[in-house]
Amino acid sequence: MGRYVIRRLLQMIPVFFGATLLIFLMVNVMGDPIAGLCGDKQCDPATAAQLEKEFGLDKPVWQQYLTYMGNVFTGDFGTAFNGQKVTELMAAAFPVTIRLTIVAILFEIVIGISLGVVTGLRRGRPVDTSVLLLTLVVISVPTFVTGLLLQLLLGVEWGIIKPAVSTEATFSELIVPGLVLASVSLAYVTRLTRTSIAENRRADYVRTAIAKGLPRRRVIVRHLLRNSLIPVVTFIGTDIGALMGGAIVTERIFNIHGVGYQLYQGIVRQNTQTVVGFVTVLVLVFLAANLIVDLLYAVLDPRIRYA
Amino acid sequence: MPEPEPPEPYSSGGGRVPDDGGAIAATGAGGAMDLATSEGTTLEKTPGGPEGTGPAGRPRSLWSDAWRDLRRNPIFIISGLVIVFLVIISIWPSLIASGNPLSCDLAKAQEGSQPGHPFGFNGQGCDVYTRTVYGARTSVTVGVCATVGVALLGSVLGGLAGFFGGVWDAILSRITDVFFAIPVVLGGLVLLSVVTSSTVWPVIGFMVLLGWPQLSRIARGSVITAKQNDYVQAARALGASNSRMMLRHILPNAIAPVIVVATIALGTYISLEATLSYLGVGLKPPTVSWGIDISSASQYIRNAPHMLLWPAGALAITVLAFIMLGDAVRDALDPKLR
Amino acid sequence: MLLEVRDLHVEFRTRDGIANAVNGVSYTVDEGETLAVLGESGSGKSVTAQAIMGILDIPPGKITGGEILFQGTDLLKLKEDGRRKIRGAKMAMIFQDALSSLNPVLSVGAQIGELFTVHKGMSRKDAKAKAVELMDRVRIPAAKERVGQYPHQFSGGMRQRIMIAMALALEPDLIIADEPTTALDVTVQAQVMELLAELQRELRMGLILITHDLGVVADVADKIAVMYAGRIVETAPVHEIYKAPAHPYTKGLLESIPRLDQKGQELYAIKGLPPNLMHIPPGCAFNPRCPMAQDVCRADVPPLFEVSPTRRSACYFWKETLDG
Repeated sequence: MGRYVIRRLLQMIPVFFGATLLIFLMVNVMGDPIAGLCGDKQCDPATAAQLEKEFGLDKPVWQQYLTYMGNVFTGDFGTAFNGQKVTELMAAAFPVTIRLTIVAILFEIVIGISLGVVTGLRRGRPVDTSVLLLTLVVISVPTFVTGLLLQLLLGVEWGIIKPAVSTEATFSELIVPGLVLASVSLAYVTRLTRTSIAENRRADYVRTAIAKGLPRRRVIVRHLLRNSLIPVVTFIGTDIGALMGGAIVTERIFNIHGVGYQLYQGIVRQNTQTVVGFVTVLVLVFLAANLIVDLLYAVLDPRIRYA
Repeated sequence: MPEPEPPEPYSSGGGRVPDDGGAIAATGAGGAMDLATSEGTTLEKTPGGPEGTGPAGRPRSLWSDAWRDLRRNPIFIISGLVIVFLVIISIWPSLIASGNPLSCDLAKAQEGSQPGHPFGFNGQGCDVYTRTVYGARTSVTVGVCATVGVALLGSVLGGLAGFFGGVWDAILSRITDVFFAIPVVLGGLVLLSVVTSSTVWPVIGFMVLLGWPQLSRIARGSVITAKQNDYVQAARALGASNSRMMLRHILPNAIAPVIVVATIALGTYISLEATLSYLGVGLKPPTVSWGIDISSASQYIRNAPHMLLWPAGALAITVLAFIMLGDAVRDALDPKLR
Repeated sequence: MLLEVRDLHVEFRTRDGIANAVNGVSYTVDEGETLAVLGESGSGKSVTAQAIMGILDIPPGKITGGEILFQGTDLLKLKEDGRRKIRGAKMAMIFQDALSSLNPVLSVGAQIGELFTVHKGMSRKDAKAKAVELMDRVRIPAAKERVGQYPHQFSGGMRQRIMIAMALALEPDLIIADEPTTALDVTVQAQVMELLAELQRELRMGLILITHDLGVVADVADKIAVMYAGRIVETAPVHEIYKAPAHPYTKGLLESIPRLDQKGQELYAIKGLPPNLMHIPPGCAFNPRCPMAQDVCRADVPPLFEVSPTRRSACYFWKETLDG
């Protein structure tokens, strides 16, 4: 078990540096980092040269990357376009996006798994076919369209929710945006659970459980579900990182001032430090989520634990 | 399928460790790229190759079995017809739309349906019907080109890594891990925000750049599975050369999951293009694209929702058709789920 | 009579048609008696057992006729909840592949103990103590230490012992063992079979031993039922059938066992393939493969002829078979 965790941790190190380097290079390709630093005005050449020196932009890219990473590890993520510390932006943005992600994950777990279990146990019946078609439709309609339509219907036409989320972004305001963010993953969770349940339903050990005279509920929950949920847990866990990074679209539709909003601003204003800083944290979240998934996996499946 | 044995109600299949490769891969932000991988996992385990003999002793392949299944599947037929229709109007949009998508009359901006203009007019007074028809070309082009690029690059790299194993395999696996750690929409925003070209090529290039690891993982997995088949081992023992092994024995058996995942991915690329266009970094006018039209219509959604609904509906049907096609093909190729 | 199966019919509805898996099977098992059910795969022996246990997959399976009398009650008339209470408690089943039949993510102790918590309402702690006791009884060394381990940590023979422990847990009256030793190494097979037979004698349980291995049968069974294409073709006390089979199929099975005294001779094999259950040949299902088949065999299904008070054969030419 210990060795398993250490091995996974070691595998994550190259992924962390690779992903951050990749985004660093992409941002450098993206454009002139100085242009962003002077705000909306054009920089004059003298200031530009001075800023370039100050930020070490005259050095080769790999050296800039090392310097940047060195700073990151001391907690210095640099400065955003409006002179604010990037860490301050993060302190404001991450709680919002984390709340949004929590809402989305809850939707995935509650609705996704329930629908998956129901359809998996009734494979081929009408309820299965209709849910399956529904998941395909949800997957096919891009998130931004789903979001715009829900906003139009619930927010504007029927007035059930406020079309835009306030700066506090409380949980209750985030229910609909969370559902929009979760929608596609929700459909995958349903399908994955369904496939997994349908596959394991015919497993020998389920037959044994029935032959032992266990009540149907116990056969399903303790024997069938426990085995079938292993891949689903993996999916949901890794989805945490993807949801936080993918919240850009949802946050834009509902005007939520979270991570996606800050990243969008950073990109539009060509502010290297904001973009790289936020992405670095997102990569870390992604890796941490993966590690948690690995641990959960080992808890759920003893064959891994003792491998 | 007449079998000498009765259908034993419980076959085998218990206690398999589910493959986690696919789920880990699901990083497509905004959900654009992940369907294929999360579901492709089942296919990696598909035992490919010739199996079973027909009633008259006629050998049946996985492919002919699958084709027999597909022909009877209404989902396959419907989605296939939709796709054929889309391809035709992408090549000859004037067949069903006589107007010019770029000729607009501001005086008619936001007007609803009227004779000769069934879908009404958009914010610039362009005919929504004509633009919706012409938008198919862009979407299909982006989808097809991105998929072909991703499939070629991904399956060559993944296939070679799976076949030769060792150091190259380890390096490739780490590289794919790196790509999976970066949310797709985010990558698109960063890379495409400086592009000024109004052609579809930067968008396609970006999709190939960020999409290939997904396919390479699938290809690697299915090549490794195919390699372990007894008859492939037998061919190796009989002294078949590497290239012969790859082309004659492994490729036919490893390609099924790649095709399925690529078909589904095609739909998600079309969706991703629209998402990027909505965020303002995808395609740019004067290119006619559903994404652009939806994006500009979203500002007027309260007053003139028709401007958004028509292109959005067309987009959804297109994506749905490709995903359902891939789904049907996967079901047909996966004997385990029969 | 502990168990009496009367004229049982089971079919499977599949996409490609209806497979007639069991076509009128009748047999009985007494307390403390061992019935060996013999046949190739697809003969309906496992399906009959699953119908008795009530673990058939319905659909695609469907019981279309017959009765299963267990201690006087017709199981097929019971509601699911009533059957559930019998399963595990009064009749239990041992499966062929213990590795896949045990839940990979639960400890063996939990899987054995579950029977006590569910059927007897015991606490988990008491159930665990019972599990240790049972593991001791099936001679798993260091039972106390191993009770918390998972199936994959045991060897094949030990896993099958755990299956046996699970089946015996509530001291049922009837045990159905479906090829209990087929998946094991030959050396382990004998040990497991011996253990099963010994515990059966001790607890005076009825045992249905499903197998295609005639070698296993001779030592432990009291009587034999040979099945072919969903029908019983011959039933007899075990020693009689070995002396002289009364059905050409049984004869073929016996002759296909390699024997030391026939060294050097070609091994006999029944020609042809087992029948397709969707198109069972008319008349005697065995006729296309039978060396003695006449026109009558192709026309009418043979009834079970009485060979002796304890013996039946479904062959028009049972006398000829018995003599030669």
